[in-house]
Amino acid sequence: MTPNTPTPGSPRISVRNVTRTFDLKGEGFVALDDVSLDVADNEFITVVGPSGCGKSTLMNILAGLDTPTSGEALVDGRPVTGPGPDRGVIFQQYALFPWLTVRKNVEFGLKTAGLSAKERREKAEHFIEMVGLGEFADALPKMLSGGMKQRCAIARAYAVDPSILLMDEPFGALDALTRVTLQEQLLDTWSREKRTVMFITHDVDEAVFLANRVVVMAARPGRIYDVIDVELPGPRTEDLRLSPEFTELRNRVWSAVYHQTPGRRVDATHRSVAPHPTAVA
Amino acid sequence: MASMTETVTARDEPGTATSASALADRTTEKPRRTRRARQDSAKRARTLLLSTISIAAGIGVWWLLSSIGFKLPSPADVVVRGWELTVDGTLGADLVASLTRVLVGFALGTIVAIPVGFLMGWYAWARGLIEPWIQFFRTIPPLAIIPLAIVLLGIGEEPKILVIFLAAFFACVISTFQGVVNVDRTLINAARVLGTKDAGIFVRVVVPASVPFILVGMRVGLGAAWATLVAAELIAAQQGLGYRMQQAQLYYDLPTIFVGLIVIGVLGLVMDRLLLLAEKKLTGWQERR
Repeated sequence: MTPNTPTPGSPRISVRNVTRTFDLKGEGFVALDDVSLDVADNEFITVVGPSGCGKSTLMNILAGLDTPTSGEALVDGRPVTGPGPDRGVIFQQYALFPWLTVRKNVEFGLKTAGLSAKERREKAEHFIEMVGLGEFADALPKMLSGGMKQRCAIARAYAVDPSILLMDEPFGALDALTRVTLQEQLLDTWSREKRTVMFITHDVDEAVFLANRVVVMAARPGRIYDVIDVELPGPRTEDLRLSPEFTELRNRVWSAVYHQTPGRRVDATHRSVAPHPTAVA
Repeated sequence: MASMTETVTARDEPGTATSASALADRTTEKPRRTRRARQDSAKRARTLLLSTISIAAGIGVWWLLSSIGFKLPSPADVVVRGWELTVDGTLGADLVASLTRVLVGFALGTIVAIPVGFLMGWYAWARGLIEPWIQFFRTIPPLAIIPLAIVLLGIGEEPKILVIFLAAFFACVISTFQGVVNVDRTLINAARVLGTKDAGIFVRVVVPASVPFILVGMRVGLGAAWATLVAAELIAAQQGLGYRMQQAQLYYDLPTIFVGLIVIGVLGLVMDRLLLLAEKKLTGWQERR
């Protein structure tokens, strides 16, 4: 259950020349075109881009729910062959089991892992407290608001102790206020229980606020358009959003997302962050 | 049939009670539920009142019709005959005979239908093998099987139970199959990424997610079983509600026919309510729209 410790310097996640095409009514649709990306251990990256840029496809491949047409996705140096408890996934639609209470939902993966009832209960208790749902441990999902459901899903993903968290627009269905609150809670949780996080979003503010590194993607074909390092001073709180540094980064990401130069692409591996040799930029 | 279309996915409720702390969540969450509960109970009381008025009016009209010379027994005649049949034990014996047939047929139908439905929903090959037969036999009314059943099985209990079994089976198998096919992909994926393998997913996700569909199928199946009962009892029965009504018809005994009809109706309703209660208990987790 302990996260594998990679050799220092080697990336936790490596995506190597991944291409994924779908057959849509006889026409090939290129969801991902020769995408390469590295994510370091305990790094928090956000992936932002217009719809159709393949960001969810990329996440599904890493989760083992989809396979690339060519290229490969590696986790701790080993190719991904299917889903596994080393990679926790948080879905936009929460995906809580509606017939199970919050506690039983959080215990679900622990039961799969074969823990005893007592161990399951203790672990679940810890993570339910962590997301502040202690008083709702025995409530069914239908009693919870959207934000609480997503917190429960986060606790469930954390409970199996994954080294990587893959989050697919987890706050996309929530109202703006709840979203901001959950972003801060997520960062708070992450700073206490460090994990490698890949967080997909279509919200530029969210992408900048959460990330160590923002990966901007482009559509047709789906590719990595730019990688923007986020070096913001101090703890990330509400005040930060109003700081000039934040605004500047936000504007950079915004123009990378909304004013894209056709054909531009970058290689987001640790080998280089320079523009791809074939870039037209 | 409401739960048939009920999706199992969690619904987002943007804008409702989602604030910073768990405490704040709770305070905004509670009043909303109690207010709804109050409205619900007021609505229920009104529905109950309207139903009672409607039933009383219906009996009144019946009474009126019988007293102005229509060929109908009056409600009083029917009550008296019902009492006579109860006292001499005929009604009790008929009831036991009919209920046994229906319950045995229904139970067998359901017990076979659920695994077959799961098999069809889970394995494409099973679906390919079984579905054409189900689709074909489903279109044959169970009553049309009666001549065949008599030739093959004689005139004992077996042909009657077979016909009721078929009625229950087809209703339940289709519904179970639909339930498995409709399990939310996201839930299956959620279980997979938590490390759960196929067998675990089947037992811990597919089965519970299908329960609402199975229960709807059972309700429809019970209705179908009950509906075929009377006809099944035309097969040389010695006892049973259908047989009793058949006999009454020969002697132009209208009150007995009425007693039979009312008992069948009330029993059907009671059994349906029992299943509805089970459904509420077992599928209370569903988000109702």
